[in-house]
Amino acid sequence: MTTSTTTNTTTETITAICPECGGVVTFARQPLNGEIATCPHCAAELEVVSTAPLTLALAPEVEEDWGE
Amino acid sequence: MRIAMLYTRLRVEERLLLDAFQARSIDAEPIDIRNVVLDPENVGRFADFDVVVDRSVSLTSSLTTNRVLESLGVRCVNRADAIEVCADKLRTTLALQQAGLPQPRIRVASNADAALDAVEQIGYPAVIKPTVGSWGRLVARVNDRDAAEAIIEHRATLGSAQQHVFYVQEHIDKPGADLRIFVVGGQAIAGIARTSQHWITNTARGATAAGIEVTPEIASLSEQAVAAVRADIAAVDLFECPQRGLLVNEINHSMEFRNSIDTTGVDIPGRVADHVIEIARSATRPSNTTEALTA
Repeated sequence: MTTSTTTNTTTETITAICPECGGVVTFARQPLNGEIATCPHCAAELEVVSTAPLTLALAPEVEEDWGE
Repeated sequence: MRIAMLYTRLRVEERLLLDAFQARSIDAEPIDIRNVVLDPENVGRFADFDVVVDRSVSLTSSLTTNRVLESLGVRCVNRADAIEVCADKLRTTLALQQAGLPQPRIRVASNADAALDAVEQIGYPAVIKPTVGSWGRLVARVNDRDAAEAIIEHRATLGSAQQHVFYVQEHIDKPGADLRIFVVGGQAIAGIARTSQHWITNTARGATAAGIEVTPEIASLSEQAVAAVRADIAAVDLFECPQRGLLVNEINHSMEFRNSIDTTGVDIPGRVADHVIEIARSATRPSNTTEALTA
């Protein structure tokens, strides 16, 4: 699994590095494990795999049984 | 009161639900079910919850987890039997049929030759669907026999055994949109019309949503449809057939609603949270051993 670690976590901004392109991904509030985000730079779909330190990985690909 | 929310991807919907529980001062714990080992003989940590809300995006995960938890006495929302019926289009059809509710005509076949006969019986255009699938995946409209033969041959050759069940539905020439109605606790609380240039009107496939008035007719049919599959919370997809009126297309057990809150003006996650809390108030927490459960 490709991961990256936190670059900055303050009360003002919460950021992490996109494991795909290295861009900065910003969260409006403290994310939870499993939360999905989209990299604003490369559009990769990312998953929070750790909150301390804040770590992102590429989200799993959609599987056949996913849906509503 | 404690509530667990199971997930495999924590999407906007799950975050909104957590926020709704928090706003009601309810302790709701998100649990990534991918990391959980279940013991059919011991309810373990789930004894601490009054209700478990399933929000897994994976059908397999939902069913696996809910079956085990329910066998241990945990109240799940939705229940596994409701999920099974909603997730399988054929089982949904049969449940609606038994309830006497209007729906598109269908035929089912389990080999390629019979599938072509099924399409011919329905007539063109027809829609071939997998019995289990979501977000409009592998749904094909066939306008003539050539197209039907091609789709059937591809599925028979390349598909899994599950794909060899051919669910053939009449194509409803809906007026540019279909309806999605959100039903919570037996009450239709909101509805949207989904519009698309494409014949598949699924927001996961780019359709746009607009709020609609939930008329008594729409509410009644939607509520009956959800009752037929015994779901606590579900979204019903309706077609407005120009000739036959409202028809139930399918029912979704783990509805997505992020784009339907502003468009309808209804606090859908709040209404869901309220109903889950109501269920939790009357639920009994399981004991920690199966002996205690059966005593």
